[in-house]
Amino acid sequence: MKTESRLEKVLKGGHFAVTAECGPSKGADVEALKKKAEFLRGRVDAVNVTDNQTAIVRMSSVAASAILKGIGLEPVLQMVTRDRNRIALQSDLFGAYALGINNVLCLTGDHQSFGNQKQAAGVFDLDSIQLIRTVRDMRDKGTIIGGEEIQVPPRMFIGAAANPFADPVNWRVVRLAKKIEAGADFIQTQCIYNMERFKNFMQQAYDMGLTEQAFVLAGITPLKNAGMARYMATKVAGIEVPEKLIDRIASLPKEKQADEGIKIAVETIEQVRQIKGVAGIHLMAIEWEHKVPEILDAAGLSQRPEV
Amino acid sequence: MIVAEIKAIDAIREMIDRYSTILVVGCDSCVAECASGGHRETMLLAAALKLSYAKDNRNPKITEACLDRQCVDDFIEGIAHLVPDHEAILSLGCGAGVQALARVYADKPVVPALNTLFIGETEMRGVWQENCLGCGNCKLGYFGAVCPVTRCSKKLMNGPCGGSIQGRCEVRPDIPCGWDMIIKRLEALGELDRLKEYVAPVDWSTSHAGGPRRVIREDQKP
Repeated sequence: MKTESRLEKVLKGGHFAVTAECGPSKGADVEALKKKAEFLRGRVDAVNVTDNQTAIVRMSSVAASAILKGIGLEPVLQMVTRDRNRIALQSDLFGAYALGINNVLCLTGDHQSFGNQKQAAGVFDLDSIQLIRTVRDMRDKGTIIGGEEIQVPPRMFIGAAANPFADPVNWRVVRLAKKIEAGADFIQTQCIYNMERFKNFMQQAYDMGLTEQAFVLAGITPLKNAGMARYMATKVAGIEVPEKLIDRIASLPKEKQADEGIKIAVETIEQVRQIKGVAGIHLMAIEWEHKVPEILDAAGLSQRPEV
Repeated sequence: MIVAEIKAIDAIREMIDRYSTILVVGCDSCVAECASGGHRETMLLAAALKLSYAKDNRNPKITEACLDRQCVDDFIEGIAHLVPDHEAILSLGCGAGVQALARVYADKPVVPALNTLFIGETEMRGVWQENCLGCGNCKLGYFGAVCPVTRCSKKLMNGPCGGSIQGRCEVRPDIPCGWDMIIKRLEALGELDRLKEYVAPVDWSTSHAGGPRRVIREDQKP
């Protein structure tokens, strides 16, 4: 094992992994964070803690990850390069590891123009791939950017995101290869609604041998209702929701839409499990954490491996 | 060239209302090309100010002048005879022009009439595009002569982010995705292989991050 990460043990043990997402509070509400996290306890192998997602100011992902660690969950610290330069990022990596965090997901982050601080300066000193390389060099070479040696280097299990649905489409798998080459141990994909496009992406990744070099977790986000489906289709960067999926939910009365959204999520999980190279799922139930157990039970993923 | 836009009359007046004699000075270089601070715009702004003051029953002395360049001392001296008769200078130069005037005419307040925006090109009449951030370490040769630092909203160096859809940037659909442009251009040139290599973090010390830059060349000094 490269790290003390539970997620690494699960994946390297050949188990089908389940990760989920927990967005920190907009404020310093620790109880709200813990309450969300309790729905995930024992049900998932690790919990991603988002870093000011969609550029909305929230509790720092390092702090929230440490809180989750403190109550016995396995956090995946999300870090975006939008808000911090290389000094702050590397410093926070030291701090996160010192607080017992063993997984990090390296991202560039949504542009600040999406959030509630539209006038902010975007930092973008590093890009996500440079951050991946930075974390890997810390772990495997014991150095920071520039080559200086450090004492007690953070040993992180390194994650990266992949979006099979963005353009230019033929570039997507090249970018995945670049992330893996830079040091990504696992990949969490953007939410999958277009199964054909995802299958093509995975086939290319498989053919290039990429699924041998990194674990790919398929991104699943249950749609709560037709409104959310339309919002995801039109307002969220890099997400594609096919028209017929929106119609499938929209054709039902409001009170039945949530159940249909869960049914679609379960079907999606069953389909991705059949795809070569998919090592697990990343279930992003946005502000719907309490539905995670129900979805996993329905998908036959109730039990998490002991490692 | 430097691209700039003229400020709103109200914003300009807020800065100059306290003066009763104002020298309005245009610049016939970059800001003339982008139709914000040349001869014509200087004349129009002076006329607009006079009209605006007339509405308030005020009649400050407003004199117009235009320099070939506001950022070079030899040219700046061209208004030396007019400056003493005015309390303040309103410059239609870029930020460099405003500051150069203030350095030369050290005892005069100099206020900007323009918002200086970027280094760019005239893509067509009426359209100016930002395409250089002046980072001090040009890598255009590796990216098909499309600058990732300038044309990508996130300054990404290793390929497009997940928000690139149909050649459009996630920030606004009217922004072309810089990475889409880079990939298409290198594809057409048969040089897509350039993009497979990892690009290390940018050295920003050659950019403004290293503090205000200054070029000194002994061979050029008088």
